[in-house]
Amino acid sequence: MSENNNNNLMLDIKDLTIHYETDSGVVHAVEGLNLQLGHGETLGLVGETGAGKTTTALGVMRLIPNPPGKIKSGEIIFNGENLLDKSEADMRKIRGGKIAMIFQDPMTSLNPVMTVDKQIAEMIKLHRNVSESEALKLAGDMLELVGIRRERAKDYPHQFSGGMKQRVVIAIALACDPELLIADEPTTALDVTIQAQVLELMKELKTKFSASMILITHDLGIVADICDKVAIMYAGRVVEYADKRSLYSNPIHPYTNGLFKSVPSIDEDVDELPVIPGLMPDPMDLPKGCAFHPRCALAMNICSQEQPKMCDFGNGHCAACHVMAKRYEL
Amino acid sequence: MIRYIIRRILFLIPVLIGVAFCVFTLLYFTPGDPARMVLGDLATPEAIQEFRDKEGLNDPFLVQFGNYLYKAVFKGDIGRSYSTKRPVMTEIMTAFPYTLKLSAFAMLIAIIIGIPCGIISAIKQYSWFDTITMIFAMIGLSMPVFWLGLLLILLFAVHLRWLPSSGFSTFKAMILPSVALAAQSISMVTRMTRSSMLEVIRADYIRTARAKGQLESIVIGVHALRNALIPVVTLCGLQFGQLLSGAILTESIFAVPGVGRLMVNAIMTRDYPMVQGGVLFIAVTFSIVNLLVDLLYAYIDPRIKAELR
Repeated sequence: MSENNNNNLMLDIKDLTIHYETDSGVVHAVEGLNLQLGHGETLGLVGETGAGKTTTALGVMRLIPNPPGKIKSGEIIFNGENLLDKSEADMRKIRGGKIAMIFQDPMTSLNPVMTVDKQIAEMIKLHRNVSESEALKLAGDMLELVGIRRERAKDYPHQFSGGMKQRVVIAIALACDPELLIADEPTTALDVTIQAQVLELMKELKTKFSASMILITHDLGIVADICDKVAIMYAGRVVEYADKRSLYSNPIHPYTNGLFKSVPSIDEDVDELPVIPGLMPDPMDLPKGCAFHPRCALAMNICSQEQPKMCDFGNGHCAACHVMAKRYEL
Repeated sequence: MIRYIIRRILFLIPVLIGVAFCVFTLLYFTPGDPARMVLGDLATPEAIQEFRDKEGLNDPFLVQFGNYLYKAVFKGDIGRSYSTKRPVMTEIMTAFPYTLKLSAFAMLIAIIIGIPCGIISAIKQYSWFDTITMIFAMIGLSMPVFWLGLLLILLFAVHLRWLPSSGFSTFKAMILPSVALAAQSISMVTRMTRSSMLEVIRADYIRTARAKGQLESIVIGVHALRNALIPVVTLCGLQFGQLLSGAILTESIFAVPGVGRLMVNAIMTRDYPMVQGGVLFIAVTFSIVNLLVDLLYAYIDPRIKAELR
């Protein structure tokens, strides 16, 4: 990766390790994670439940619940500055102002005893120098922007449907024009028709606000729809990182291959979907070497001994796999 | 909302008739003749017969109950005390301010101590503060009020001589009974605030508030607290209702001339109209406090308000 390239990065996560220290053991939620995001890019962060996607996102926000969670090591470089060195007061300015987050479940993400315009206005007042009445007016504007009539501003969250609530959550996140938007499975809790609407809205607003976005999901279809780059996570690490096109046409890591094979195809008529055998390893007791080797059909001796390094397979398509590195003679 | 209130008030009627019936029946079957209690052991059988006739004690049970209800509803007359000969209503109204003051004071103490302790315990879960608070809450909850009252009198009135042991006329005299009465409520409010707060601070909308870059003090003090207080308000209301009616022991120990003591004396002397009036009065107060709490509840939680149509 060239010097020039580095300067263009908005977010550069280096060797991030986050553990949850519980009574029954240490949960290795994120283990030496590396991730880059350029200005204006949309990155899809894909992985199974428990792969560490949400923990990574909360780590960037410095909102890991502590105790039990703790960022053990690594750097999170945002616009050239390490967020892990920031004071809590500085972080409060960044949260919401520079980096905003959309959470998974819109049903529970809004304060049930506050009208929605107040919840949006709260964000605006925190990051912009405006009066209460101006903030409420801007909150109304935001509501209209996400497709909710201004008259509903004084309603409470329980008076909205799930899709509408997620629109409110999006309005809150975008209210202060953030540079980076982290969306943590924003459509998982919604039904399919609403999913499409919300995704369309996010895509549109992302362009309008010229923000970068990290989209956390386990839905490869959504990734294909709106992402530029994709990072596949497994057991707390990024195992493959590539341009969307490159990843979809030429998946390298055996885990990524397994994921693609388990997506049903309309054209083929199969009785049973191929699945990846086995389960995600227990994050309290990760296997030695490559965490995927117990489930990998191609595993060699070295896979259970040594942690594979991220290698560039050409044009910035990176993957961490001993087998593939050998096959491609890297 | 108005319709809801009216409905609730109408609903009071069957409740009160039920309460009146229960008390009336219980007292009817209680051994002991009020005529003899009032007139004394030396009264002649004629005098006793005359008293029984005058008070309608010889009538059949249902007739007695019917008469009582009729007078209570249409004349606002719930009888005269056998022992003091004054209207029961007057007696209660003289005593009630003391009970109200005592209960309000106790409730205030419970809220002022209980809610902050509960909040701190929750946000510093498993800290030494939390542990000590929970130990004290356990003690306060399991200590019967008559025992605590006696201990307080022993310590502060007898040994240290800081505070008077009885009466309710001065502020100093109010302290011991209020604290004794408040002990259980403090513990319950603390525990309820703590558990409710623990639940709320893990909620997603708290994380949303933090993700906005909000100050932690506002996240806890505004976003979390208002949600966490919903069950606490219910508890406080129930507690206040109970304090109003359950101050009997405290009033007896500290010789506070409230409704509770009035009732205990009435029971001792078989003063039937007084006991009935007292219980009815307590039932009405309890119901009204409950109604007020429900309205307050609707004010705090918009989801409840939507249901009160």
